[in-house]
Amino acid sequence: MLRIDCLRAIYNDLPDALVVTIMGATAAELQSLGHRENFFYLQHAMGLASSLGLGLALCKPDRQVIVFDGDGSILMNLGGLTTLARYAPKNLVHVVFDNESLLSVGGFPTATSTGSDIAGIARAAGIPRSVSVNTVDEFAQAFRDALAVRELTTIVAKVEAKGPAVYVTDLALLENRFQFSRFARR
Amino acid sequence: MPVSENNSRLVYAALKNCGVRLVSALPETWLVHLIRMADDDPEMILVRLAKEEEGVGISAGAHFAGVKSAMLMQNHGFLASINGIVSMAHLYKIPLLMLISYRGTHGERDPRQTQGGNVTERTLQALGIPYEFLDDTAAVEKKIRQAQTLAESSLQPVALLLMRDLMWEEPSA
Repeated sequence: MLRIDCLRAIYNDLPDALVVTIMGATAAELQSLGHRENFFYLQHAMGLASSLGLGLALCKPDRQVIVFDGDGSILMNLGGLTTLARYAPKNLVHVVFDNESLLSVGGFPTATSTGSDIAGIARAAGIPRSVSVNTVDEFAQAFRDALAVRELTTIVAKVEAKGPAVYVTDLALLENRFQFSRFARR
Repeated sequence: MPVSENNSRLVYAALKNCGVRLVSALPETWLVHLIRMADDDPEMILVRLAKEEEGVGISAGAHFAGVKSAMLMQNHGFLASINGIVSMAHLYKIPLLMLISYRGTHGERDPRQTQGGNVTERTLQALGIPYEFLDDTAAVEKKIRQAQTLAESSLQPVALLLMRDLMWEEPSA
């Protein structure tokens, strides 16, 4: 399963949501499908995409918030999973693309390659719904279920360690930030 | 516990008066009353953190949503937040109102707090974070309002150091 195929499968489910991605391949792939003003690509601060999503979800309870996280990123902020679970916003879907690798910085293996189980960690942290998926169809179904059920869900999508050919973007960080913020405040 | 409840109330009221509606916090002794006040206040969203750096992300999300926030932390929590401050708040121009209890200064009895006291201000200076001291009850309201104003206008982190003379009441012998 490729991450970009997962993103493509649910791209049309994202028009009104506040979407936050991590840096690197995930940001580049979502943008390659077509940038929208409701997409914010957190191009640094590894680990904090989920915390940013929690802040958004608590302050905008009537809006759907989606975080596209990664194994390397969430492993940097496992404590944040317990904070997510503690407040368990019903309007947040937390997707973790797990390629068992720090792909964007040379492909070195993360601890999920040696058995650490993020879906299990999320469940044990107290996230109300936590699922692991291995095919694009399973992913799309799990994603739509999570939107429909309105309960905090962590979806761990086991994907191949393959990214885009290029990571460059013509979207300046601050342009993205102010555009997204304007959308979020509507 | 000789943490000043009255002065904590002054600080909390000042935060409310400048429109703060979300507070992230990790407990430490001097902050206990402030955290309890946020917890008891139905108008306030209190986010209890596992580690202070999460608060940078929470405050960024709140800012994007148009909600004013504040972070309650000890100076060691500030030290633990530095990457988030630089690689999110500075990089993306996010206002942060950081209330930092300044442990390890003159009068500190707790040996383990003393190293943090040595480096707090120099670290704030190295990061280019404007800061002021909250040590006088008469200035609390004004300094908090001014710090919040500067954070919003400059879109950057601003710190207020909560000082012993404000937060701690020595028990009479």
